[in-house]
Amino acid sequence: MNKNIDFSSKFRSANILSLIIFSISILFILFKGLNYGIDFKGGTLIELRADNRNINIAEIRSSLNSMNLGDVNVKEFGKKGDYLIKVEQKTVNNNQLIPRIKKTLIDNLNAEINFRRVENVGPKVSSELLQSGIIAITLSLAAMLFYIWIRFEWQFSVGAIVALFHDVIITIGIFSILSLEINLSIIAAVLTIVGYSMNDTVVIYDRIRENLNKYTRLNISETSNLSINETLSRTIITSLTTLLALFSIYILGGEILRGFSFAMILGVLIGTYSSIFVAAPVLKFFKVSYKTLEKKEEKIVP
Amino acid sequence: MLNFSKINILIIYLVFLFISFFSILNFQKQNDPLIDKKVNLGLDLQGGSYLLLEINSDPLVKEKIQSKVIPLKKLLKENDLDYSDFKINDKNLEFSLNDIEKFELLLFSRKDNLLNPYINNYNSFELDLVIKDNNVRVLFSKYGLLTINNSALKQSIEIVRRRIDDVGTKEPTILQRGEKRILVELPGLKDPERIKSLLGKTAKLNFRLVAENEEFGVDKLLSETGEELNVSKRIIMSGENLIDAQPNLNNQTNQPAVSFTLDRLGAQKFGRATTDNVGKRLAIVLDGKIISAPSINEAIPSGNGIISGNFSFQEATDLALLLRSGALPTPLNVVEERSVGPDLGEDSIKSGITSLIIGFILVILFMIYKYKIFGLVANITLVANLIMLVGVLTILEATLTLPGIAGIILTVGMAVDANVLIFERIKEELKTEKSVIHAFDIGYTKARITVLDANITTLIAAVILFAFGSGPVKGFAITLGIGIVTTLFTAYFMARHLTSIIVLNRKEGRGVNL
Repeated sequence: MNKNIDFSSKFRSANILSLIIFSISILFILFKGLNYGIDFKGGTLIELRADNRNINIAEIRSSLNSMNLGDVNVKEFGKKGDYLIKVEQKTVNNNQLIPRIKKTLIDNLNAEINFRRVENVGPKVSSELLQSGIIAITLSLAAMLFYIWIRFEWQFSVGAIVALFHDVIITIGIFSILSLEINLSIIAAVLTIVGYSMNDTVVIYDRIRENLNKYTRLNISETSNLSINETLSRTIITSLTTLLALFSIYILGGEILRGFSFAMILGVLIGTYSSIFVAAPVLKFFKVSYKTLEKKEEKIVP
Repeated sequence: MLNFSKINILIIYLVFLFISFFSILNFQKQNDPLIDKKVNLGLDLQGGSYLLLEINSDPLVKEKIQSKVIPLKKLLKENDLDYSDFKINDKNLEFSLNDIEKFELLLFSRKDNLLNPYINNYNSFELDLVIKDNNVRVLFSKYGLLTINNSALKQSIEIVRRRIDDVGTKEPTILQRGEKRILVELPGLKDPERIKSLLGKTAKLNFRLVAENEEFGVDKLLSETGEELNVSKRIIMSGENLIDAQPNLNNQTNQPAVSFTLDRLGAQKFGRATTDNVGKRLAIVLDGKIISAPSINEAIPSGNGIISGNFSFQEATDLALLLRSGALPTPLNVVEERSVGPDLGEDSIKSGITSLIIGFILVILFMIYKYKIFGLVANITLVANLIMLVGVLTILEATLTLPGIAGIILTVGMAVDANVLIFERIKEELKTEKSVIHAFDIGYTKARITVLDANITTLIAAVILFAFGSGPVKGFAITLGIGIVTTLFTAYFMARHLTSIIVLNRKEGRGVNL
């Protein structure tokens, strides 16, 4: 593949686009908020399977409502006859809750019901989980910043962090816009996106650094452009194979992994975009040149 | 970079064979393993329950502070300290006193201080004193509370273990988590509700006489028939004196009942009490509720007795189990529960494996299409990569969860990246470099740093995820992290060696097609 696409001329419009999407994401996260799952909000989740496939979802709702459990959410979950019930439970340590729900449902629906999965997270634990999730994401961003700072110049590390924030905020923003549930596995996905997006950025940065030294007469726009083009087929191929694997999980991996794989698919797409259109322009902003690199080499090799 | 010495080749493939050997261990017969190492399935794949229990030490603190009342009053009296307005609060004892200085000296004396022992481990007294004018409050010190909490937690873990062992689940995990919590993992458990109700009961049993009238020192408790009885506060004998309890059927009524055996001391106490109180009623109180209150027909000196109440055989079985395992020092709350039924676990394994196979095939086809023979090299190393990944998981006896399978699939997608980086680099070099061998050589050298940098970032994310994640998410971090290490090994050593065989065996400038 012999490509010579003029990326750098599109930096400006791409940056404006990024900024708009980024701002919309922030607004949604702030004002619409996030749909936290029970991991972070506390409550009870029940995945059930009924042998009688003709149960009406409204029947489940009405029989649960008769129990006065507060906010109850029922939805179909994968196959026919499979449902997911979420109870925002106020009482702590209610040992009788699950058997009571089971009995009510069996009595009212006249069907054999199997609770395939039960999760119950108390309010204290859920706030701890949320806290450690936020710490983990913050810490991973800090670690990336540090790593790039050691391996490259500080301008690169700023660029990488800007790109990471861009990816993380937009991914979470899309989850907010679509009201998708944020749970522990989404945190795992976000952290993996951080790793993946970083990986992509590093490959391009590596090439930019090499080309800055090789072609000292080119300015940063030209060098970025050349480097992005040179690594473009790798960027595309790796994104493609990763997406192949992720779509396989998304389609065949079952309900439990769906949110996770969706977040990862978003992240890979956004991450690939950001390493070209966010991480590279930051270097231009800082007017990085081969001289920027020389300083560091002098320091290392006395 | 393409020249391998014989010794290098030997080391590379020996390492590969050694690690892949462990992956085979997962296929040996389960009941008679040669080497007992395998990848464990997480609770989300094999079904089972994860429970996080929290002790609540408040009732215990209340109980302990109450137990200080008598020795404290004794100390005050023996030293002629006049006190007034004595109050027993939940967490402290409050009273007014004139000679506070003298009291302070006595309270913090290190010599034979039974009221306020000195805890050597922490260099602190058990009790602390808060003085306000001539009003004093005696309460537990920070380390006193810690000691109470720690011993309650240790004891609770022991009781929880006994109860779970008694139910007979396979390979339970019971661990302390932090200062107040107990983590319980019960693989393959079918009925989490029963375990939860067994762990949720304190099971404090005591035998107390039913008082005739509302005299001082009685509790009003409801009996099993709903009748309100005045039960004396004085405990004749408690569950601690029980050495065995078994469910059986009452001979006379044919109702389920629990028979118990007392230790020597318990038998003495019980014998004396029943001798002295023939004709009276004896209340059997469990966690503040009367199970039954039979009349004492005759003295029972043997130390054997029977508790009959209004229960089913299952309830009698559980009661016997609780009595055998002993009382929890303080109530336990379930603060987190995650239970997965075995059929959902099976479904998860199936869908996980299906998506792994499909993802794998897609990536393999893509690589062959894109890189032809070198795609094959990448694919061979991808297979080797997976075998090694399973091998390392086996060596570590790691737990494979559903997100863990997702991590493996993701590794498949990302593992080819190392090869892609190298192949693309070689392609570029081929444009300017006339010698194919030289181009491959330079390609590997130049791509090395990039490959390393790019993978270390993902590894950092995996390590952080492992440190902060819980349960299934940890499983994801493990497979993702190990996947990166095996990817680096297979891409950088095995793929490079296989590539060198192809390149070196072809004539210059011919037939190398990337």
